[in-house]
Amino acid sequence: MTPAAIADPFIPQPYRVARRQRETRDIATLELLPVGGERPDYRPGQFNMLYAFGIGEVAISVSGDPSAPGGYVHTVRDVGAVSGAIAKLGAGSVLGLRGPYGTPWPTETAEGNDVVFVAGGLGLAPLRPAIYHVLSHRARYGRVVLLYGTRSPPDILYRRELERWRRRLDFEVLVTVDRADPDWRGDVGVVPKLIARAGFDPHHAVAMICGPEVMMRFTADALRQAGLGMDQIHVSMERNMKCAIGLCGHCQFGPSFICKDGPVMRYDRIADILTVREI
Amino acid sequence: MEGLERIVLAHPFFAGLEKELGEVVSGCARNHRFNPGQYLGHEGDPADEFFLIRAGKVALEILPPGQPAVMFSTQGEGEIVGASWLVPPYRWRFDARAMELTRAIGINAQCLRDKCEADHNLGYAMMKRFLPVVMQQLDETRLQILDVYGNRGR
Repeated sequence: MTPAAIADPFIPQPYRVARRQRETRDIATLELLPVGGERPDYRPGQFNMLYAFGIGEVAISVSGDPSAPGGYVHTVRDVGAVSGAIAKLGAGSVLGLRGPYGTPWPTETAEGNDVVFVAGGLGLAPLRPAIYHVLSHRARYGRVVLLYGTRSPPDILYRRELERWRRRLDFEVLVTVDRADPDWRGDVGVVPKLIARAGFDPHHAVAMICGPEVMMRFTADALRQAGLGMDQIHVSMERNMKCAIGLCGHCQFGPSFICKDGPVMRYDRIADILTVREI
Repeated sequence: MEGLERIVLAHPFFAGLEKELGEVVSGCARNHRFNPGQYLGHEGDPADEFFLIRAGKVALEILPPGQPAVMFSTQGEGEIVGASWLVPPYRWRFDARAMELTRAIGINAQCLRDKCEADHNLGYAMMKRFLPVVMQQLDETRLQILDVYGNRGR
């Protein structure tokens, strides 16, 4: 962590957009380099607060390879004023950044086990650092599976990378979309349906799920039906984060704050309150 | 017939079915091969058969008026296509098109309905297999209707 970040966690550090990659109609990936200083280390699953000057701040998970040198990689969807401003930033633009924050994916706990990644839509972005980590330490894990579901074929994120991963002999990648036109040659249906086809040992597996909350609930149910215990399932939660250090309470989720107790949380610790309407 | 019975009982949909009931079901079964683009059923046609998919992939489609077909599900090896034979008016509710070379066992609907009516043990065994499939499809449809990957999603 930079000395400035230690001194005052609310002061963002300036980062310059080194490269912008358009992913889909409303999603872009930005490579951000620190303007002076070094990027702090981070762990897969953690997030940063990105600040579009004069507009606002938003929590975005890191989507790059944590072992790669350089800056941060963030994949941002244009869904509002702040995320829209950030997603549209071009190379050379500067934004504010503070972080990294939050709990990581259990990549160490998962060693020696099969690993089941389940991503829905943009949820593939926060999982991608964990996928990079597992693939770069492949011998430490059993079978590795990625199940990815999204809205339609044009919405498939990181398409080239998915195709590259599919060609590996030690990584099973299954992709499905919610709907498609008749030209589509792949699977159509929701992502939990892929679980029955995936090759993993439910008694020795760790599942990491990221996507819309409803999708994560349905997926966790399907994984439980497949034989996984709730303590083998981990999800990445999302709430409106403001301070990101557990002070303001905006991201309160029952007895937890998503920003410091999450975003990655073990499913058995939150399953009971996931369906409570007021929470 | 013995070969067909073995194939029917080996299909995941009939996992655990008593051998005697399997023999009865197999009496309504026949082999099918569908080439890519060939239809297993068309919306509105009599649902006189349902299919146990052994290999290949089948697209389930609906045709909105004046628009291209929308594929809302695919079914593959180990899955079934068609539940409309269970309830009146016994007509297909969608189009089912083979996306690739597809091998399937077709179960004659009238034959099986008659046998279920005559032997409620068989009828109950069939319901216990079809109801989870229908429930799962209902869950999947709920998720699709929610359109969770739209702008309100993550």
